Amino acid sequence: MCLAVPGKVMSIDESNPDLKMARVNFSGVIKEVSIQWLPEVRVGNYVLTHVGMALNIVDEKDALETLELLKELGELDAELGKDAW
Amino acid sequence: MKFVDEFRDIELVRNLSAKIHEITTKEWTIMEICGGQTHCIMRYNLEEFLPEKIRLVHGPGCPVCVTPLEIIDKAVRIAQREDVIFTSFGDMLRVPGSEKDLMSVKAGGGDVRILYSPLDAIKIAEDNPDKKVVFFAIGFETTAPANAMAVKEASRRGLKNFSILSSHVLVPPAMEVILSSEQNRIEGFLAAGHVCTVMGYEEYIPIAGKYRIPIVVTGFEPVDILKGICHVVMQLEEGRYEVENAYGRVVSREGNLAARKLLKDVYDVTDMKWRGIGNIPLSGFRLASKYGEFNAEQIFDVGDIVQQESPLCIAGEVLQGLKKPGDCSAFGRECKPEHPLGAPMVSSEGACSAYYRFKKTEGMET
Repeated sequence: MCLAVPGKVMSIDESNPDLKMARVNFSGVIKEVSIQWLPEVRVGNYVLTHVGMALNIVDEKDALETLELLKELGELDAELGKDAW
Repeated sequence: MKFVDEFRDIELVRNLSAKIHEITTKEWTIMEICGGQTHCIMRYNLEEFLPEKIRLVHGPGCPVCVTPLEIIDKAVRIAQREDVIFTSFGDMLRVPGSEKDLMSVKAGGGDVRILYSPLDAIKIAEDNPDKKVVFFAIGFETTAPANAMAVKEASRRGLKNFSILSSHVLVPPAMEVILSSEQNRIEGFLAAGHVCTVMGYEEYIPIAGKYRIPIVVTGFEPVDILKGICHVVMQLEEGRYEVENAYGRVVSREGNLAARKLLKDVYDVTDMKWRGIGNIPLSGFRLASKYGEFNAEQIFDVGDIVQQESPLCIAGEVLQGLKKPGDCSAFGRECKPEHPLGAPMVSSEGACSAYYRFKKTEGMET
């Protein structure tokens, strides 16, 4: 029920200031999504979307750093401090 | 799908599995709050990647499962009216009411429609001015703002033929019910990541302190779930009990402030009845009185419907993590997804349904 999926913002329509919309691409499926709660969103951002509302912009830097650290986890094995990730 | 596939990488799952094995010295019981997490754990068989000392228990975070029977009965009565177009998320159609479900209302000729977004109901209301359009607004904090947005938009457009049948529940009070039970065995929580995308995680800090329990904000892919478990186990092994965020790519400390502001405007916090659990003080949202004209319970005559739960189904204990689906004598026998006795067998995120689909239990009829 709380399923939310990331998609890429293709275009933004702010003609209705009370219900700003975007066209968002979810792996080839394009959907109209409201971006009313994300005033800072830009074309090219990935947005986490739930029942037609974009809830947050995906922090790409955080995602990539997490993936990198988890890859290194296999190489470093032990002694990875708890604050490292 | 970008930001999904990478978090299903088997190499990263193995790395995390090795790390969790390395740090685990004692037995720990951890609850994942959200049904979406339960579904992922079962689908990817993630328990196979954990040490035997780690026991996962499935939480109450399935809104379809905890929506009270009497709300289902109210939905059924409203949906049967000839002047109504009843709209809902698809999950709710097969949840059994005391006599029938919404699917059978639809099969009997009722105008019941499945929507992707509550905003779609606004368009249906505009296109059908001679009908009363009702949206079945259920959900946790993740979904409540989208439902509120539909009310706000209906108000802005001056729609007179739109209303919601509202049943919204909140995660933190349910966690406190579980933690304050004498039977509680939960020693760490995976908090529901998408609830926290909206709400942030500050409200969990007092709970972690009061009950001395680690709470880790966790996502929904296999790598996310194992990362959350790893953080919880680290805290438990080190004797810490803090709130940590293991889902930083979409969760911030304060959440989505615009969505939270909308929640405050459209709803009041209220006591709520949870199916299978009972009444929990201040555990839900109801429409604020200034939006009363959009409250389906006020528009339609359903105040007389009061229902008690069937004693046959152990859903309440399953939802609180006190029993597992396989502990139920009806599981996989009288109770299957095709003819569910209780809501956790209906929703794909319900623990019973997830067990049925992915984890066959001995003796189960298939």
